[in-house]
Amino acid sequence: MAVGDEKRVGHLADSPPGVVWYNDPKWRSLIFQALTLLAVVALAWSVVHNTAVNLERRHIAQGFDFLSTTAGFDINQTPIAYPKDASYGRAILVGVVNTVIVAVLGVIVATILGFLIGIGRLSHNAVVSAISTAYVETLRNIPVLLQIFFWYFAVLGLAPHPRNSMQPIPGWVFVNNRGIYLPEFRFGGHSGLGLLVGLIVALVAIWLIDRWARRRQRETGLQFPLGRTALGLIVALPFLGFALGGFDLTLIPAKKSTFNLTGGIELIPSLIALTLALSTYTASFIAEVVRAGILAVAHGQTEAARSLGLTNGQTLRLVVVPQAMRVIVPPLTNQYLNLTKNSSLAVAIGYPDLVSTGGIVLNQSGQAIEVIAIWMAIYLGTSVLTSLVMNAYNRRMAIVER
Amino acid sequence: MTNKLMAATFGVALAASATGALAGTLDDVKAKGFLQCGVNTGLAGFSISDSKGEWKGLDSDFCRAVAAAIFGDPSKVKYTPLSAKERFTALQSGEIDLLSRNTTWTMSRDTKMGKFAGVMYYDGQGFMVRKSLGITSAKQLNGATVCTQTGTTTELNLADWFRANKLEYKLVSFEKDVEVVKTYDTGGCDVLTTDASGLYAERLKLVNPDEHMVLPEVISKEPLGPMVRSGDDAWFNVVKWTYFALVQAEELGVDSKNVDEMLAKSDNPEVKRLLGKDGSFGADIGLTNAWAFNIVKAVGNYGEVFERNVGVNTPLKISRGLNALWTKGGLQYAPPIR
Repeated sequence: MAVGDEKRVGHLADSPPGVVWYNDPKWRSLIFQALTLLAVVALAWSVVHNTAVNLERRHIAQGFDFLSTTAGFDINQTPIAYPKDASYGRAILVGVVNTVIVAVLGVIVATILGFLIGIGRLSHNAVVSAISTAYVETLRNIPVLLQIFFWYFAVLGLAPHPRNSMQPIPGWVFVNNRGIYLPEFRFGGHSGLGLLVGLIVALVAIWLIDRWARRRQRETGLQFPLGRTALGLIVALPFLGFALGGFDLTLIPAKKSTFNLTGGIELIPSLIALTLALSTYTASFIAEVVRAGILAVAHGQTEAARSLGLTNGQTLRLVVVPQAMRVIVPPLTNQYLNLTKNSSLAVAIGYPDLVSTGGIVLNQSGQAIEVIAIWMAIYLGTSVLTSLVMNAYNRRMAIVER
Repeated sequence: MTNKLMAATFGVALAASATGALAGTLDDVKAKGFLQCGVNTGLAGFSISDSKGEWKGLDSDFCRAVAAAIFGDPSKVKYTPLSAKERFTALQSGEIDLLSRNTTWTMSRDTKMGKFAGVMYYDGQGFMVRKSLGITSAKQLNGATVCTQTGTTTELNLADWFRANKLEYKLVSFEKDVEVVKTYDTGGCDVLTTDASGLYAERLKLVNPDEHMVLPEVISKEPLGPMVRSGDDAWFNVVKWTYFALVQAEELGVDSKNVDEMLAKSDNPEVKRLLGKDGSFGADIGLTNAWAFNIVKAVGNYGEVFERNVGVNTPLKISRGLNALWTKGGLQYAPPIR
């Protein structure tokens, strides 16, 4: 053993002479790394093994077979088909889609609101700046669960009974304590298809015009009013498609039944409360991120832009914002991830998100470990995905800046 | 140095496997000196903590009965309030020794999640609505919004019943009972559904209890009972026979007031066996022979427990019905102690 070790030490060219191998830092670090790895593996193995043995001993079934068993419970928001004999797996999938819905809605609203408030805090207008400051300081200092309860019980809970719904647009839009009811859009003939085709053509046209305009500006310095053109195209082309397709659109409002309103598009109160609470709460953090990003751009940049003759708007759009984005995007990603994870508080107000439907599955099937593993895998997956997208965007911003 | 590290590694691994090993629950409970009992977070008549922080109700009394059987002292119970969703995990993980939380005995729960030791209360699912709706039958509930608690048999029965009767409904479900009742009370839903006993208990929490009524339909069988982990027969026996002792005592006319006298004077061999004067039934299940005496002395017999917590003289005003003894037309029945 000792002989073999000496031989191997001999191969390490830079080992100092006269040092015993176990005092050699190189060997030491290798040994300790190996031991650490061994310890981690041993711990992981013992946890898994123990769990399996104890589950076996308590006669608890293991594995993911239960996912194909009939669920037998109902879910109050099913964006994907959830038939009466749907499986536990399907129920969890409905939960995933509901989580994605609230996360996407929340991220969009929070971003818009956050940017407005963040810029508002830097405004020279004292009133705007004071309101923005008050917003940030109030909302980010109250736990988000309380805010969810506030919107659900204190705001939406006070809406009238379905029999005396509020009607912001009489006969078309109804608001009551069971939700908000919008009319259903039903396209007749080919008008729906026409609208869609028009929209796609408009988007492709805008992309092409944008490329052409950039090249022309690089070569000749001439500018093209892209914003106005894009707006025009995106309104006109779908409308044209809709008109050519037969000009046929029926709005079907919700109707009163014995207990509720039926038909139309129904937004359940828990979705509204959760979206409002999460987006207003996260917006307060995003506002600070945006403010920090803008302040991080040296004032000299603004002065330089002015001296080149750029207008206020151009300075902001072409000089300040692109540089600020570099500072904003990484913390903004964190906020998006936080919002997504906070959406698991949905369970408190009965919004059927992943945790909520998964919890029912857990309880009805008794497969706690499996369901929790599914939860963790899905949240990890969505978070990693969000990070990847945002990192890709961040890289693009960084390149544009240089 | 390396030896120490190795030792630590294996130490951790060994410790982890040691915590996995289980002694019998009865021995564990005796060793720690109290019973850890999982109960409802707050359901009047079943388990609810009063202004002094003491747990009152049919389910918490059962915990006290088990503690009395083991220790001769009903106060040696620590309660863990659990939501419907948490309860089975708490039992399986060993966080509690006994689940006494109005839990419906179903086949899948009995075979996959633990063992039911008996039926403390025969219940059935019902509906509560506002009187102002002018509804007299659950069959008229087409299109209604229904509030319920998740993680229960209730939501499964609800789906089954509406499907079987070809009616539509909208579901609003919460994890915590508090939110269910609050939403129903503020008009967020038309119907509140849970076990009939629960409906009477929840009605007391509403702003105007008299404006609400329970519909006549009972749509399911809900035998509610205490539950233990499977694979521990000794502990299962203790819990099961605590329940049987409660029922047997009522059948023999032994109650908390006359139990001392019965022990001293009764010539009835059945009473003598129950109270431990004859045979070694208590010792045989790892307790003392005074086990049943202690139960009755501490919490009374089944009838006393029922009347004290949910009976006609309580705010819940529930009559014995299915929960009367078998000799009086009910379902409560205990195998003989012999």
